[in-house]
Parts: sequence; structure tokens; C-alpha cells
Amino acid sequence: MLLLGVLFFPLVAAAIVFLAGNRQAKFVALGLGLVEFVASVLLKRHFTHGGLAPITFTHEWIFNPNISFALSVDGLALVLILLTTFLVPLIVLTTINKEIDNAKSFYSLILLMQFALVGVFAASDGFLFYIFWELALIPIYFIALLWGEGGDKEFRNRAIFKFFVYTLAGSLFMLLGFIWLYQKAGSFDVNTLYGINLPVSQQTWVFFAILVAFAIKIPIFPLHTWQPDTYKEAPAAGSMLLAGIMLKMGLYGLLRWLLPIAPQAVTAYTPIVIVFTVIGIIYGSVIAIKQADLKKLIAYSSLAHVGLIAAGIFSLTREGFEGATIQMISHGINVVALFFAVEIISQRTGTMDISKLGGIRNIAPKFATCFMIVVLAAVALPTTNSFIGEFLLLYGVYEYNTWLSVIAGLTIILGAVYMLRMYQNVMLGEATELTFSFADLNWSELAVFVPVIIAIFVLGVYPKPVLTMIQPALDNILNYSLR
Amino acid sequence: MKTLIYTSALGLICLLVEMVNLRKFVVPICITGLIAIFGLNIMDWGGNQAYYNGMVVIDNYSVAFSALLIVLAIFILILSANFYKNEESRLSDYLAILIFTLCGALALVSFGNLAMFFLGIEVLSISLYILAGSKKKDVRSNEAGMKYFLMGSFASGILLFGIALIYGELGTFDLQQIANYGASTHHTVMYYAGIALILVALLFKVSAVPFHFWAPDVYEGSPTLIMLTMASMAKIAAFAAFYRLFSTCFNDGYTPAMFAWIFSAVTALTITVGNFTALNQDSFKRMLAFSGISHAGYLMIGIMCYYGKTDNAILFYSIAYGISSVAAFAVAIVVSSNMGSDKIEAFNGLAKRKPFLAGALTIAMLSMAGIPPFAGFFAKYYIFSEAIKNGHVPITVIAVINSIVAVYYYFKVIFAMYTKESSELPVSIKPSYSFVIGFCILLVLLIGIMPGYFAGLL
Repeated sequence: MLLLGVLFFPLVAAAIVFLAGNRQAKFVALGLGLVEFVASVLLKRHFTHGGLAPITFTHEWIFNPNISFALSVDGLALVLILLTTFLVPLIVLTTINKEIDNAKSFYSLILLMQFALVGVFAASDGFLFYIFWELALIPIYFIALLWGEGGDKEFRNRAIFKFFVYTLAGSLFMLLGFIWLYQKAGSFDVNTLYGINLPVSQQTWVFFAILVAFAIKIPIFPLHTWQPDTYKEAPAAGSMLLAGIMLKMGLYGLLRWLLPIAPQAVTAYTPIVIVFTVIGIIYGSVIAIKQADLKKLIAYSSLAHVGLIAAGIFSLTREGFEGATIQMISHGINVVALFFAVEIISQRTGTMDISKLGGIRNIAPKFATCFMIVVLAAVALPTTNSFIGEFLLLYGVYEYNTWLSVIAGLTIILGAVYMLRMYQNVMLGEATELTFSFADLNWSELAVFVPVIIAIFVLGVYPKPVLTMIQPALDNILNYSLR
Repeated sequence: MKTLIYTSALGLICLLVEMVNLRKFVVPICITGLIAIFGLNIMDWGGNQAYYNGMVVIDNYSVAFSALLIVLAIFILILSANFYKNEESRLSDYLAILIFTLCGALALVSFGNLAMFFLGIEVLSISLYILAGSKKKDVRSNEAGMKYFLMGSFASGILLFGIALIYGELGTFDLQQIANYGASTHHTVMYYAGIALILVALLFKVSAVPFHFWAPDVYEGSPTLIMLTMASMAKIAAFAAFYRLFSTCFNDGYTPAMFAWIFSAVTALTITVGNFTALNQDSFKRMLAFSGISHAGYLMIGIMCYYGKTDNAILFYSIAYGISSVAAFAVAIVVSSNMGSDKIEAFNGLAKRKPFLAGALTIAMLSMAGIPPFAGFFAKYYIFSEAIKNGHVPITVIAVINSIVAVYYYFKVIFAMYTKESSELPVSIKPSYSFVIGFCILLVLLIGIMPGYFAGLL
């Protein structure tokens, strides 16, 4: 029952926020988001007390085709649900100082999106998964379109529309893949789908149909072209939702809905896919080095990071899977903090152009410290969360192929180059005319950074609880993937 | 059978009411009558009866489609009260003809004999010819009526020719006897030629490519409400008849294979041509006309697999498409009567002025584009899954690619409503329109959340 509560509470919360009116919307959203977070932590307690068996709920929903409202939360799903419920209140908190037009719609869309995201991670019926997957697209589309911050409206419309069409195109092919599987298995249930043994030729079709959807969402090179412009044009909160949580849908989908269902096709085509992911890593990093715009720099760095996560997943090793899960959480947390830092800079100075900034460290020491920690976490310094994740990921890729892991490992060096150089240009040196009156962090901003920094170090020093929790789920997936 | 008789009677009552000067009550009388007929119709559920030597066969298929058509007719009636307010003296004539259109549609979903089938098509078409030209003083409406009449009567001629060939070969109009003949292996060229001619005429009536050229012109010229009648009621009835005829009569081991290529080509063309032409339209009405052609293409997928019992998928698609169309057209009527234009620019900034209308149209567009959790998504799902089940994967892939293209023009309207600057003209909306729009949107949501109740009816 608690599971149902955790799933549906954001939907109810969205309605309450909408009714609360524009003035109260943000506080109500923040409060309800925190309640949701507490509820999901209780879910975790329930989970650890009852052993590591998944928490399930099944109810007949549609009898023709045979679709049930089936939820199953194992360690992997729970970790991602916790990530979602942790980040959503933080994202709301990042906007607390800002005046937002039509705030009630804005915040209720964010909560609606949270509902869909929790649903994506909790669903154990392929069709239900698909519905939540699509449902997540509508709120973020409107958030990015209506509250976007780019100057040129026409350009924003085009960028957001491109994002929408790309993801919709991908997911329709996923739908075809699921329909095909249903014709063969007679059910969308995840365990039934794991159990069917299709001939390799059919697996290939299913593999590519479903892969397209995930590869676009993640995004894997060369299907990433929607991403930088969308991140740039969306409001900060929208970029955080997209990069922090939404692209994890694709990575989670790979693990849950692709590898175990078409194992032989996966084994056959992994060499191609993994090369593309590694190209994405290098490509994202190199372009990030050249970026003059802060938000685009984060966007391209994000492309490099998720490329490594995808490579780890396709290495089909236990370390790769573990690293991918840890890094999904780490990247989610870090990228939200990075986007928030960029948002603070752009609100106070009115620019995101790196060359126009500088000298903030002397004026705003608290902000400089917080930003430094987040940057170091992003470049995977030991004792931070990303270090654990990237280490395991590279280890996984190494087990798959030594040379690939050498190339993929460049991401750490290149990451240090663009992140530290960015920090140097923005924070150190002489103050410019835009930055000399930079105000330091206030309480609400500090309240965003503190939990993030705690999470960075806790996960970086003691990741064992998370690893224990995800172990059985990942083992199960790995067994089916290596059939 | 009762349904058909009472509906005809209601049409006559409608004309008589005019004579005894009860014009004010004509709309309520019609609506009450249709609701009562809806109830009578539902009571036939579960029976399987033939009337008048098999002229009319009432089974679940006909009851389900009749119910849908009656509901659509009720919506259209509620909308017409305001639509024709400037021509009150004509109101009861229009309503009577509208109800006769419904009669034709009902006959088309419950025929058991080719004669009845032809009669249904003619009653439907002739009523629509008149309605298309019902704005007497508007040149474009006249043109639409004339064009539709010329093209339509030509198609009726071809249909009659096809029926004559089948009769000449078999000596019967009865569907069951034709089916029995088909089961024997002896087929002649005349028999196939007859089927081919009937096929052409039906493709014309459902506006499938390459017989679609009349539709956009006729739709654009006709009054918007009549366009809604043609695009929803008439099209759904024609598709229901199409499936009924082919699945009963020509469902032997040979005929489907014989026509498979024609069906595939027509389906692929209809979806693609409709969609790609809709991309470049700047008039909302014309865009809906072309999107209607591509929707006909999706329904053609159901027809294409008629040998595999696709009636459920066709019914579901018809429900979803019909209801979303009513909502979209009702919003279009409100906007165009307030702004005096059918262009997509007329929708600019609607979200700021009338959030309810903008929200409703957004949901209708999302449903037509097939995005969950709205009804249109499951409609596409059932159609695709029938296609895959019957081995038409390439067509399904074409249909999926087209669904992506369709998003472009449906979102053009959404963009206009939410991101463009609005003009300052106030938008007023009649309560009857709010009711119909709200009700349809509620249905679109409910059917989308609980599709199971509608998916396995037949």
C-alpha cells in the first residue's frame, strides 16, 4: 500500500498545488515534495526489513490486451525512486527565490512529472512502463516550452519541438517492439518477457526497436542532437529534471527492459553499440572544452558522463552494472547542483558567457566552496560519489575490452580539463564589471547545496548500503542478459 | 430494426413540428428522441436477429456502431442549435436532414443484403449533398454541395455496377448466400470484377487515396458542422459497412489474397499522402480534412486485415476518432465564429484568453496524435497490434513513421495557442458548446484510462 501511496501521492500533490494558487504554489510544492521523500524513505525501510525481495503490487487493469497495473520495486528501482524523490524537492527549492509566471501550473507540472517518473521506475508491466514513459514527456515539454529562458522564442520552439519529436519517434518504435513481444508471449509482464526465447533474427528486430527509444533518451551518440539546445533553452528547473532524472529513464530501461529480453541480440550487437557510446564520451568532452556558454558546457559534459554509464551497462559485467547504478545517482545529484550553480551565476550577472565572468571566489566564498566541491565531484575526485561510479564503470569496460577502457578513461582527464578550466575562468582571477557585486549564497540556496554535498561525500566514502541493496536485482538482470 | 424505424419517424416528426409552429422545441425534441432511441438500441444487445428476409441483420456489431453513431448525432444536434441561429426558419429542415443522414448511417451498419447496403449509402450521401450546400448564400458551400454531388453520384454508379455484376453472377443480393458461394472454389472474372468495383466505390466514400481528391475541397467549402458530420458520422458508417461487407461476403480462402496488394498499397498511400499534405496547410479546417484522410488510412489497416476479425480494433478507433473530432471541431467552430477565420493563426494565444478551450483542444490533438494516456493512443495500439498479428509489419512501420510526422501539424496548433501573442478580441462561448467539449474530453480521458471496457465488446 505504501508503494501505491508513493506512486500516486505526487499526482494528488499536483492537484493540490494547482488549487493552492500562484502565490502559495512553491511552498506547497516544496512541502508535499518533502512528504513524498519521507514516504519513499519509509519504503526503503520496509524494503530492508523484509529482506531484499521486491515489493510488488498487481491489479488487473485491461483484460484485452492483457495489461495489468503491476508494480514491482526491487533494489534498482528503489534507488532510482529515491533519487527522484530526493531531487524533486531540491529542484523546487532552487526556484524558491524566483518569481515565476503562472506558478501553480509550473509546480503542478513538475509534480505530475514526478508521478510519471516514479511510475516508470516502479512499473513491472511493459505496457504500463510505456504509458508512464510517454506521460513523463508531456509535462517536461510544456515546462521547457512555456517557461524557457532563451532569448529567441522561435529558436526555443524549434529546439523543444525537436526534442519532443525525437523522443516520441523513439518511443513509438519501442511500442512496436513491445507489441511484437506481446504477440509472442501473451503478456507484458516483465518476468514472462524475460522467459521467452525468441530466435536470434527476431531478437535483433526487438533489440533495435527498443534500443532506439532508450538511445535517444540517454542520449547515445549520434542520436544526441536534440540535447544541448534543449538543455540550453529549457528553464533551469527543466534542465535539472531532464538531465538529473529523465535521462536515467533510458539507462534504467536498458537494464530492465532490453538486456534481459533480447540477450543474444545484445551479445551480437554490443561491439557496435559500445563503440558509439565511447565515441559519445570523447565527442561530448571535446566539445565541452570548446564551449563558451556555461549551460552548454554542462550539457555536453553530461553527454560524456552518460556515454560512460551506457558503456558500462553494455560491458555486460557486474562491475559495469554496479558502476552504472552508482553513477546514475551521482550524475543525477551532481548535474542538478551544477545547473543550480549556473543558474545562480546567470541570475546575478545576467550572462552565461564564460569569458565575461571571473573573480567570484573573493566576493562570494560560500558559493565558491560549494561550487568547487560539486566541480570536484563531477571530475570524479576520490572520496566523491562519481569516483566510485566511474571507477566501477571503467573497470567493467576494461573487462570487456582493454583498449576501449583506455579511450573511455580519457573522460576523466578531459573532464578535469573543461571543468577546472571553467571554474578557473569563472571563479578565479579579477572580478569583471558583471561580477564585482556578486552576492553570496542565501539560506535557501545553501539549503540546496548542503544536502547535495552530504550526498556526494556519503556516497563517495561509504557506498556499501547502496551496493548491497542493488545486488540481487543486478544479479538477476545479469543472469538473464548472459543467457 | 426498431432503431432504424424510430429514427426515420423522428426525422418526420421533426418536419411536422415545423408545421404546428413548435420551432422552439425542435432541438430538445430531437435530442430526447435520440436518447430514447439510444436506449432502445442498447436493448438489442446480445440478440442476433434478421428482419425482412435478411434485409436487416441486428447483431452486436450493428448495435455497437449504431450506439456510437447515435451519440455522435446527439453531439452534432446540440451544436447545431447555435450554429444555425441566423437561419431559424430553416432549422428544422436541417435537423430533419441530419436525422435522415443518421438513418442512412444506421442502415449502413446493419444491412444484411446488398440492396439495403446501397439504400443506406444513398440515403446517407443524398442527405449530405444537401447539407454540404446548406449555407445557401455562401458560394463555397454551393460549390462544395455541387462537387460532392457530382463525384458522389459517380461513385454510386460504380457501386451499383459492381453490385449488378455480383448479382448477374450469383442471382442473389443476400450477404449470406454470397458468402456461401465464395466458400466454393469456383470463381469467375465477373465475380472479382464486381468486388473490385464495389471496392472502388467504398474507397471513394471513405476518402482513401487515390480516391480522396474530393474530400478537402468539399470539407473546406461545407459549413464546419457539416464537415464534422462527414468526417465523423459518415466516415465511421462507411468504414463499418466496408468491414461488414467484406468480412461477411468476401472472406473465403481466395479473395483476401487476391486483393491483398491493392489493400496494402491503398492503406500505405492513404496514411502517407494525407499526412504529408496536412503538413503544409495553414487553414485549420483543411488540416483536419487531410488528417482525417490519414485517419482513414489507419482505419484501412483494420479493413486490410478483415479476414482476421479486426472489428474490435475498428470500433475502438472509430470511437476514439469520432469523439476527439467532435471536441476539436466544436473548439474550431467557437474560434472561427469569434475570430471570423479558419486559419491556424486564429488560435494564437487562445491559452491566455480561454484556457478551457485551449486545454480541450490540446487534449483532442494529443489524442488524435496517439499520445498516451488518451483514447487515441489505445486506438492506434489496437490497430497496430492487429496489423502485426496478421503479418503486416512493413505497413505498421509506415504507420508508425506517419504517426511521428502527424505530431508536427497537431502541435502547430498547440504552439499557436500557447506560445504566440494573442489578439485582444474577446472569445465568447455558449454553454451548449462548453458542455459538448467538456463531455467529449472527459470521454477521451476515461476511454484512455480504461480502454478494456471498450476494446473487447464484439
